[in-house]
Amino acid sequence: MYIRTHRLPRAPIASLILVAACALATTCCIADEPPIFSAPTQGGAFAPRGHFVQSDGAALYRAICQGCHMPDARGARGAGTYPALAANPKLASAAYPAVMVLGGRRGMPAFGDSLSDDQVAEVVNYVRSHFANRYADTLTPDEVARLRASLSPVSASP
Amino acid sequence: MPQPAVHANGIVFHTAVGNMAETEPGTALSRRELLRRIGQSAGAAMLYQSMSALGFAGESSYSGPVNLSGAPRGASVLVLGAGMAGLIAALELHRAGYKVKVLEYNKRAGGRAWTLRGGDEYTELGGFRQRCEFDPGHYFNPGPWRIPYHHHAMLDYAKRFKVPLEPFTQVNFNAYVHSRRAFGGKPQRFRSLHTDFHGHVAELLGKAVNSGHLDAEVKAEDKEKLLEALRTFGFLDKDYRYRKSDLVSSGRGFDRPPGGGLAAPPENSEPLALGELVRSDLWRALRPSSVYDVTPSLFQPVGGMDRIPAAIHREIASLVQFGAKVVRIDQNERGVEVSYVDAHREGPPRTARADWCVCTIPLSILGQIEMKVSEPMAAAIQAVPYETSVKIGLQFKRRFWEEDDRIYGGISYTDLPIGMISYPMSGQNAPGKGVLLGAYSWGTNAYELTALAPEERVRLAVEFGAQIHPQYPAEFENGIAVAWHRVPFANGCFAKWTEAAREKHYENLCQIDGRIVLAGEHASRLPAWQEGAVLSALDAIGRLHQRAIAMHAETA
Repeated sequence: MYIRTHRLPRAPIASLILVAACALATTCCIADEPPIFSAPTQGGAFAPRGHFVQSDGAALYRAICQGCHMPDARGARGAGTYPALAANPKLASAAYPAVMVLGGRRGMPAFGDSLSDDQVAEVVNYVRSHFANRYADTLTPDEVARLRASLSPVSASP
Repeated sequence: MPQPAVHANGIVFHTAVGNMAETEPGTALSRRELLRRIGQSAGAAMLYQSMSALGFAGESSYSGPVNLSGAPRGASVLVLGAGMAGLIAALELHRAGYKVKVLEYNKRAGGRAWTLRGGDEYTELGGFRQRCEFDPGHYFNPGPWRIPYHHHAMLDYAKRFKVPLEPFTQVNFNAYVHSRRAFGGKPQRFRSLHTDFHGHVAELLGKAVNSGHLDAEVKAEDKEKLLEALRTFGFLDKDYRYRKSDLVSSGRGFDRPPGGGLAAPPENSEPLALGELVRSDLWRALRPSSVYDVTPSLFQPVGGMDRIPAAIHREIASLVQFGAKVVRIDQNERGVEVSYVDAHREGPPRTARADWCVCTIPLSILGQIEMKVSEPMAAAIQAVPYETSVKIGLQFKRRFWEEDDRIYGGISYTDLPIGMISYPMSGQNAPGKGVLLGAYSWGTNAYELTALAPEERVRLAVEFGAQIHPQYPAEFENGIAVAWHRVPFANGCFAKWTEAAREKHYENLCQIDGRIVLAGEHASRLPAWQEGAVLSALDAIGRLHQRAIAMHAETA
């Protein structure tokens, strides 16, 4: 597969940081998920989605976001791409990433059903204050709740 | 087919055996009306189940080999993607006389129909590299792994390409069902759980019938027969009780099974108590034994799922170009022009042209490619998120699940993040090593596993699995983990359609747009299944062929 050459030296460092983070927090890396005994057919629509249990922004980022956007938030590129969140000017408005997280966009699934308003605020504030993003304003859970309410008709009929 | 009727207490589905279900004249509804009511009152999941029960959903629309005759002379088709949909489209169009070229991102055919074996290297997004260390003869299917008997198209292509199949066991009554929160974390045998749950329910129902509580629902002349059925079905004694006995052990198993000669006599086992069983949630694992998609018979290709795409690819190998990353799809009234680059070095784009295009690129990727299509199709391509899932293959020094636990194939279910353990369906009862599926994870757990480095996923699969099989740590040799959101050619597992999105976008997605038509599991009503991909391809090329003939007739 294709790997951006400038990322190559970073990969081992990122892996080390990730492993260290998990060694410290193995128990919190894996959620205390609800029962998932529903028919594990490949039509996953019957499986309960569950709810994430991590509460602080860094833990939420490590449990969810870095799966696609990567531990260093620089995104990834194969046949398609995952956009970088690092140094991303689109994060200037806190509402933008909050809406992405709540409702999803294109191939990105929505997380509104599996994260509380507090969790959404936490992870958005974390991303906007890390990875070379330096936005001083913070998003409050109340603001997330309002965004969620404004989105609900959209998420009901994408 | 007889019409179903609605009873006051639920739905009765008529079968060919007339007296197994009762008709109440005057209450019969059309199937369509019944389904509409179910959909309104119980939601989509129930609707789907009901549709399956009525034979609407799931049953493949495959009607045998396609026959595309009369292809316009010299007409050409560009197929994007060499997964199951792309291969079938290319194969059948080629046989019909079209000039076909296939562009594929990977260096192999099959797409998500993929098998990993010893020596294979896999680098996921982010540059995390794994090498599969399985011994020769062992493998793991990270994507599709089973073919139900009602997937007629997949079975037919396997037969026509002489790919040997073997039984895939979904339900194994001796496999485990496990929850950290139930029975002190001790795994229960599916068989005991199955017998106990049905036994307790039969006993309760027997009490209700005997005490006259169901007199309004059960006619007097049916009462005796129903009680007899409950007693037989539930392993109940003559007083309709579900109690430890020879009879109950003949269903749920013995603590000491019957032996020969002077061996100690059999010892009956103690049923699980009703309250604890209900609270345990373990009954959830009973459902897969009766879900239409995965009830017997199921099959797997001998040696790995990629045997099917590999066999089809052999026939059209000269048409397929590997390592081609599509970056732009353009069209006008005369044809299609696709720009692509080398998947590894990128570099300057090259161009391929054809009269028509069958595009099977997953929407998760296609949505990022510059593409000239109508607004409704563009909106449809953008409208579908991709599901998450993680699978992990683990190799062990010996097949302890067979030797110690007497589990030959099938699946153990757990509420641990690994979701399940599935045992190899082949090589059973042979000495030596084995590779099992150590995780098939969905939902929150799959996201969490995806976010970890691959070696960490494998380590956790061993740690979690040891709660079900304590032999894990001593017998573990190596493993490989595939998290579908990190798969470079898919960016996700499969199209996660909602009812609302399907209502609004599905037909737009499946239309022929100028000279382009889409195919793949995402353009089917069987999401995630290979059968959906194949049926979608056959439907798309059938319509494209008609369009090509009509267009040719106009211009001729």
